[in-house]
Amino acid sequence: MTTENGTSTVIRNVTCTYCGCVCDDIDLTVEDNKIVKAANACVLGKAWFLNHNEAHGRPAAHIRGEPATTEEAIERAARILGDARYPLVFGMSNTTNEAQRYAVEIAEICGACIDTTTSVCHGPTEIALQGVGKVAATLAEVKNRADLLIYWGSNPAESHPRHLSRYTYTARGLFTPNGKKDRYLVLVDVRRTPSARAADEFIQIRPGTDFEALWILRALARGERVPESACRPTGMPLERFEALFERMKSARYGAFFFGMGLSMTRGKVFNPAAVFLLAAEMNRHTKFVAMPMRGHGNVTGADELLTWSTGYPFAVNFSRGYPRFNPGEYSAVDVLARGEADAALIISSDPYGNFPSAARDHLAKIPVVILDVKGNDTCAIAEVDITTAPYGIAAPGTVYRMDEIPLRLRPVLESPYPSDEVVLQRLLARIKELKQGAAGGPRAEGE
Amino acid sequence: MTDTFLLIPGRTSQQGVSANEGKQTPGYEAEISCLQMNPADMARLGLTGGDRALVRTPYGQVVVTVQPTKKADDLPEGVVFLPYGRLSSQVGGAETQGTGMPDSKGFVVEIEKYDAPS
Repeated sequence: MTTENGTSTVIRNVTCTYCGCVCDDIDLTVEDNKIVKAANACVLGKAWFLNHNEAHGRPAAHIRGEPATTEEAIERAARILGDARYPLVFGMSNTTNEAQRYAVEIAEICGACIDTTTSVCHGPTEIALQGVGKVAATLAEVKNRADLLIYWGSNPAESHPRHLSRYTYTARGLFTPNGKKDRYLVLVDVRRTPSARAADEFIQIRPGTDFEALWILRALARGERVPESACRPTGMPLERFEALFERMKSARYGAFFFGMGLSMTRGKVFNPAAVFLLAAEMNRHTKFVAMPMRGHGNVTGADELLTWSTGYPFAVNFSRGYPRFNPGEYSAVDVLARGEADAALIISSDPYGNFPSAARDHLAKIPVVILDVKGNDTCAIAEVDITTAPYGIAAPGTVYRMDEIPLRLRPVLESPYPSDEVVLQRLLARIKELKQGAAGGPRAEGE
Repeated sequence: MTDTFLLIPGRTSQQGVSANEGKQTPGYEAEISCLQMNPADMARLGLTGGDRALVRTPYGQVVVTVQPTKKADDLPEGVVFLPYGRLSSQVGGAETQGTGMPDSKGFVVEIEKYDAPS
């Protein structure tokens, strides 16, 4: 719904794409093609909407640091990617599914590795999911039913500020009409984060012992005897685990939400696998589900799109003309740190700012093409840097919330810049032309 | 004096807000270079709030500004926290153990007071 008042326009129920919560109840006030107010948004959502107005005056593109037109940049990018023998396509969690599908086709025709920020976020969770499965739920189901919430290795107060209020702890649901009074919130973490202050119970375990703690709870869920000595590495006595397990068993509906405190730390794949198995085990006693706290606005959509188009959620390789999956071999950090990629297409991401030194160093040596809304560390080392319109603010499309629910975006600003979708579509078309021209037809086998 | 710690990089509200304002802004730089430490650890290394410290691993080294945690037990002794950013990434290794995920939380770093002029 849109209401106009003088020079102000209020656009209601806009979708925020900053984090995986993808809140779709933001009321934006727009004046002179500028967002001046973002009601209902959290501190991160406000920063997203108020700092992505389209009057920043950035050139449409840069080639080797010099301003260029979008068309010139696409031409140079097409030649870089068309000539590359083993390019990397990376990023995509901050753009729409409509843009992502063109990125997949570019990867396919270039014989590239395509990877998303999932590999440095919840990649281990995706691998665990393939191995042991997941008792899944939507956030609406949790909102309406869950009376026990266990956040593990996650700091929602700072990373997903509205998760607790919109979907879980204080939200009023069908069978939880009193919100917070009908629920119990447990936080398990190695440091006392701001989220600990919101929790009914905080359990501070020692760093690197998440797997042990989860496995102790799983043993209790299976009715097995747990010796006190097994608990010692975690820094928590057995009675604390037994008390938590009794609370879990007596809940009507329990939900685990886990963050990168599990996927990034010692044990990696084993930690999310332990949560999934524990949640499944708890269904012997009551209803339990588990969900990763996904970070970027459409990182879940990137997993979904790659899975339905290639069969795999991330770290996919097209060098043989068909998709192969192998994290550790085809994942972005590995492909770069081993010095394999000879060019890179980066879509709305900042690997030069966030990757380990060995990967960063190689990225700085190869030609990089980047699409980004306002410039980041990777733009500074890119050969081609194309400015695009921010998704959800000035570009339409589809994104997936962390519970795998797709939501349509409602852009509110006019942008002088094209969307990622438009740029990638044109880039794909030009690469196809170049490859067909070079080969006198489709790429020959063995080339 | 140099001592060994476990480094936990992670998100903070200010890191997220200032990244939106721009990764070249002073606010973002200040946030991603602010290392939180247990006050007892700081005292042992001769550090007070606002001092600079060198964080070193076999993969790189960075200079950060040190602040004590609000409460003594927010971080256990021997564990330090740094908001995600280019500094935390520069001291991380690229080995992913076949997962695609580099060691990004809970890895060993050496820390010492940094006295060189800014």
